[in-house]
Amino acid sequence: MPGSSDPGFDTLALHAGAAPDPATGARAVPIHLTTSFVFDSSEHAASLFNMERAGHVYSRLSNPTNAVLEERVAALEGGVGAIATASGQAALHLAIATLAGAGSHIVSSSALYGGSHNLLHYTLARFGIATTFVKPGDIDGWRAAIRPDTKLLFGETLGNPGLDVLDIPTVAALAHAHDLPLLVDSTFTTPWLMKPFEHGADLIFHSATKFLSGHGTVIGGVLVDSGQFDWDAAHARSGRFAELAAPYDGFHGMVFSEESSVGAFLLRARREGLRDFGACMSPHTAWLILQGIETLPLRMARHVENTRKVVAFLAAQKMVAAVGYPELESHPSHALARRLLPRGCGSVFSFDLRGSRAQGVAFIEALKIFSHLANVGDCRSLVIHPASTTHFRMDDAALAQAGISAGTIRLSIGLEDADDLIDDLKRALKAAEKAGA
Amino acid sequence: MELLVDGPQGPAAVYAYTGGKPFDAALPTVVFIHGALNDHSVWTLLARWCAHHGHGVLAVDLPGHGRSAGTPLGSVEALADWVPALLGAAGVARATLVGHSMGSLVALEAAARVPERIDRLVMMGTAYPMKVSEALLNTARDAPLKAIDMVNAFAHSSLAAKPSYPGPGSWLRGGGRALMRRLQAGQPAVNLFHHDFGVCDRYAHGLEAAAMLRCPVDFVLGARDQMTLPKQAHALGQALKARVSVVDAGHALMAEAPDPVLAALRRALA
Repeated sequence: MPGSSDPGFDTLALHAGAAPDPATGARAVPIHLTTSFVFDSSEHAASLFNMERAGHVYSRLSNPTNAVLEERVAALEGGVGAIATASGQAALHLAIATLAGAGSHIVSSSALYGGSHNLLHYTLARFGIATTFVKPGDIDGWRAAIRPDTKLLFGETLGNPGLDVLDIPTVAALAHAHDLPLLVDSTFTTPWLMKPFEHGADLIFHSATKFLSGHGTVIGGVLVDSGQFDWDAAHARSGRFAELAAPYDGFHGMVFSEESSVGAFLLRARREGLRDFGACMSPHTAWLILQGIETLPLRMARHVENTRKVVAFLAAQKMVAAVGYPELESHPSHALARRLLPRGCGSVFSFDLRGSRAQGVAFIEALKIFSHLANVGDCRSLVIHPASTTHFRMDDAALAQAGISAGTIRLSIGLEDADDLIDDLKRALKAAEKAGA
Repeated sequence: MELLVDGPQGPAAVYAYTGGKPFDAALPTVVFIHGALNDHSVWTLLARWCAHHGHGVLAVDLPGHGRSAGTPLGSVEALADWVPALLGAAGVARATLVGHSMGSLVALEAAARVPERIDRLVMMGTAYPMKVSEALLNTARDAPLKAIDMVNAFAHSSLAAKPSYPGPGSWLRGGGRALMRRLQAGQPAVNLFHHDFGVCDRYAHGLEAAAMLRCPVDFVLGARDQMTLPKQAHALGQALKARVSVVDAGHALMAEAPDPVLAALRRALA
């Protein structure tokens, strides 16, 4: 596909990383369900293991179907490459484990998916990696939390569940001033709504389970590198990144930043973290996520269109105390959203129901189209009560810091007819009102 | 490894990637010379193969590029003068020169200046003359990031070159753009993109240099190269009596077709 410019987003969503299969002519991406790949000769085998040649050896490390997904997400994000992982959590862990170890420190936004908060606050602490949490909009807090042993800054593009918009340009500039990379979870926005690398982020991960897959069928994650962060220069000034800029005994003394000036992070992540922790993606899963990505632009446009209608409806209801969607002027991130998310703020948002806990239960149980479950980003509309599910491990103080109350309801708006969704919500609001009478 | 190499402005530190093994000047040496706004990392697979198959490898960052200090040298001739100084600093008596694009012209001119020290010449993604359109030079001067995107798109012939470089999961267009942006940012005092493309455009000594060569020459060309079209290498190839290998790739042939390029290099080195 020659030309003086790269293809547009919709074209890349269909074609990046994939071409008709040279062996069979198959137009769709084949599913390479194989553990291993035959070597041409002993010399060929040795050269693959020694990184003298590129190619596939064993599907924990790489697989042709997964590689298509990795290239496609990297293309859509504007990165240099990607690694598909078993889940979004695995992608977050791989990113951290590639840069940090015992004695390392992370500065993170406090507005996180509960599972990410748990990983940082409890699990990684057990392995000697400490995290300081700061409110995403507290720039002085980010600055004050940085320590000599800090390895990265981390936040969500749209913080879960309050949808605080991360000020990526400001936080990235702060990170870079301290020779640190900024990692963002871009699950809620997808590259269709925002490309964090264009705003200064250095690493992105997705729970591909959500919008990238889009159909609620598989669990997967993708970790993407911008190639923009100069690990060598940062290490020379700060001594922070020996993992990438100094010889690695685990791979023949390789210095990853010498092997690839812009792809060092992914080289180490694949050759250490994916190899040793083993949280790889099934090729079948990769194929299903690719199917989803092919319609990502169409789906995201419809997700946003439906969400705007539902938000407008809910904002006018007397049973609704507040709607937390950044396109509303009442949202604290409204100005930032206008600047960073002009295409929309996604389809996951929360609102606060008036009344008792029992009324909240009545609301949830009266819904017919919305499914009550722990997921977002499905083509079907979903609903959940964070305080009793995704964030149940957090105490009241931590909940409040994340902007969640006992009455908070989270919706993930799907692709149904918007009128049907609004009718469903009307019925549930009436049920909640009746339960309080 | 780091070498101290004499240049027009005195000795300067030069970085050379050695293919994952310590450099041994007693082995047959292969010197890899990158193209405009590139660095050694475009060679790492080939360099690692050579280093692990009986060669000493120096995949350099040219002066003012990547990890090498100094200011960029302003002509193919100046860069060609620098190559023997590099060999001297590394203690190398004779070498094979492998160059890509601008680097191929540097290798040609260097081989002409010290023909007695050059065993073989391998020119990849080459053309002569290597003229650059005035429109692109102007864009490189006035809006280098835009020009980088244009050239990066021109340099790649596919959205799905396999098995990708340096390995599966790499998005080649993203890697090319990030590398050029990194190198451009590394020289805040010089518009390195405009500088390097000017070096290519101004070189006019190719046929004279060809007449001075004594070594075998191989061309490795991309069949779908839009920047240095294979037909633009024809006259120089005839003058050099070059053996020509054509691989299914664009200008970024080492990234788009790493195995066929390795096969061509092995033929050249055999």
